[in-house]
Amino acid sequence: MQVKDLMQQLSEAQGVSGYEAPVRELVRHEWAAYVDETGVDALGNLIAVRRGQTDDHSPRRSIMLAGHMDEIGLLVTKLDEGFVRFSTVGGFDLRVLPGQEVTVHGRRDLSGVIGMRPPHVTDPADRDKVVPLEELFVDVGLPGSELNAQVRVGDVISLRRPFTELANELVSGKAFDNRAALVGITKCLEHLSTLRHAWDVHAVATVQEEVGLKGALTSTFGIAPDIGIALDVTHGDMLGVSEVDTVRIGEGPAIGFGPNIHPLMYARLLETAKSYEIAHQIEPIPGRSGTDAWAMQVTRAGIPTALLSIPLRYMHTTVETLSLRDLERTGRLLALFVASLDEGFAQQLGLEPPST
Amino acid sequence: MLLRQLSEAFGVSGHEGPVRELILGAIQDHVDDHRVDALGNLIAKKRGDGQSSLKVMVAAHMDEVGLMIMHIEKDGWLRFQPVGGIDPRILVAKRVLIGDDRVPGVIGVTPVHLLDRKASSKALEIKDLAIDIGVSSRDEAENHVKLGDYASFDVAYEELGGELRTAKGKAFDDRAGCVALVRLLQQRYPFDFYGAFTVQEEIGARGARVAAHAIAPDVAFVLEGTICDDMPKKRDLSPTTSLGAGPAITLMDRTLIADRRLVRLLVDTAEETGIAHQFKQPGRGSTDAGIIHLSRQGVPSAVVSAPIRNLHSPVSVLSLNDLDGMVQLMQESMYRLTERDLSR
Repeated sequence: MQVKDLMQQLSEAQGVSGYEAPVRELVRHEWAAYVDETGVDALGNLIAVRRGQTDDHSPRRSIMLAGHMDEIGLLVTKLDEGFVRFSTVGGFDLRVLPGQEVTVHGRRDLSGVIGMRPPHVTDPADRDKVVPLEELFVDVGLPGSELNAQVRVGDVISLRRPFTELANELVSGKAFDNRAALVGITKCLEHLSTLRHAWDVHAVATVQEEVGLKGALTSTFGIAPDIGIALDVTHGDMLGVSEVDTVRIGEGPAIGFGPNIHPLMYARLLETAKSYEIAHQIEPIPGRSGTDAWAMQVTRAGIPTALLSIPLRYMHTTVETLSLRDLERTGRLLALFVASLDEGFAQQLGLEPPST
Repeated sequence: MLLRQLSEAFGVSGHEGPVRELILGAIQDHVDDHRVDALGNLIAKKRGDGQSSLKVMVAAHMDEVGLMIMHIEKDGWLRFQPVGGIDPRILVAKRVLIGDDRVPGVIGVTPVHLLDRKASSKALEIKDLAIDIGVSSRDEAENHVKLGDYASFDVAYEELGGELRTAKGKAFDDRAGCVALVRLLQQRYPFDFYGAFTVQEEIGARGARVAAHAIAPDVAFVLEGTICDDMPKKRDLSPTTSLGAGPAITLMDRTLIADRRLVRLLVDTAEETGIAHQFKQPGRGSTDAGIIHLSRQGVPSAVVSAPIRNLHSPVSVLSLNDLDGMVQLMQESMYRLTERDLSR
């Protein structure tokens, strides 16, 4: 499938942390043609295996590619005379919420909007303050009695934003964090179906990253891969944000470097990008990467881990923006990296012979 | 002298290689087995003399706090972020060494002559600072350094002498602990002794987590360099530890309640053998033990530390008497460990 269409489908699908089923089914369907088996673990992670081609004498090695499929969202906390009060699931800047369209997943899906009093009736003193969470509400246009019949406390609310195409192959929408990574992994699997690769690939669409990297913890433990790469998004250049803290949109995926990343994995990703002339950037990360890589690296007795990130503007808003070219590059770089994996690299990493 | 070598070596969290190489050289001939794991931990095994089936893990971390180059400005200034916890106020007017080539740089600041009074009373933040390596363009800078390079403080080790046999240098947290562990590995014990030189303690005890999982010990000790704030202060507060008062035994810090039986062992041993010791003021700091004691189904753990003044700043100060006391206390306690009942 074309990168643009895939990004649109995945973006517009629903999958708030803890409630990822709709996205999972979409991803499972997309991966089916390229993998040998799929399964779902106890937490809801989608785990697919694409076996490598290796002769019987060589040890079987595995690489795990993980991209989280959950998105940030909201949860109903109270039904307040026809309006819905909520709290957040994952990290939100409250300023993006007023005026935002949402879907309340009650007995049926209800379209709604996070309401806001117009300037005519707001107190000038309040106008320069951020509306606090307790004062925000969703309006689904239903009278109180009907609302109470359709919605209850604990129902999930997802953000709603149709996909938008901008100039220069930039696109904008919600949940690009981290559906973009799933596009990258899908394209990688597609490329791998035309390449030879010796190592088994465990592609994982993880759950609940936004609330504590939970899916990464359990899926990595279960797979116990030899090495892992987490796919995520990172901050692209934006107005008002220092260059120091961002990479550039449209100049390729960012290869992470720092304590969360195994130096040999970093070096090999860099070498692959350079030798195949794939546009790429370096992202120095002095500590916690804020991604599944942080959990993967310290699972069991430790796993050589790398991080590849897609440049993204306006993270955690519904106008997240990225370059489709960066998605293509990510898929290609990953596939070529996987295809290059050999026993020599396993030796370099000091990997134990795999238990049969 | 090992403390000098380790103090002056480079090993910011995530890049402990140079320190690991030095330590390996020092322990190679004294241990039965060693390996380096996926995160870079150096785990050395010293088999016991057969008297006990206990598995004891003793850990010291190899990494130090430092900086990472995040961005090269077009005029050649290097922007950075701290790796581990550093108070930005100690960075002003310091010297650093960058990358494996140890490229010298300075963190400068506007001269006082050119500041207005208000500006000079405001503390500088990381985003206001940059490293100057003496170049005037990004291209020139890229001949010497690259994005992601680690930078460490440029501080020479020196012994200041005196009754406390004080020494100054960088990274005594936790090269002092590493020296102590190297010395412990020279002896044989009644049980299998796993010396774990861990990585990335400063960014969340990352190395210790996987090392403890792999070793699966019955008991663990952590050798650290800890806060020594026995300096003039505004309020009358007990210092966390005092320089020269001996190794500090942890009762409780922010992430661990030390196993009471192990604390008892340490105290009884100290009293029996006449080793000066102190208790670390409860509730402060955290160590690898905070993570180790929660490994798998749990590991009884304790911490012994050398007091270090000016922790996490370029020039730290310790007393070699305290370091010797730490080694002696640990050694004597290890010999007495098997006499203790660790069943519940």
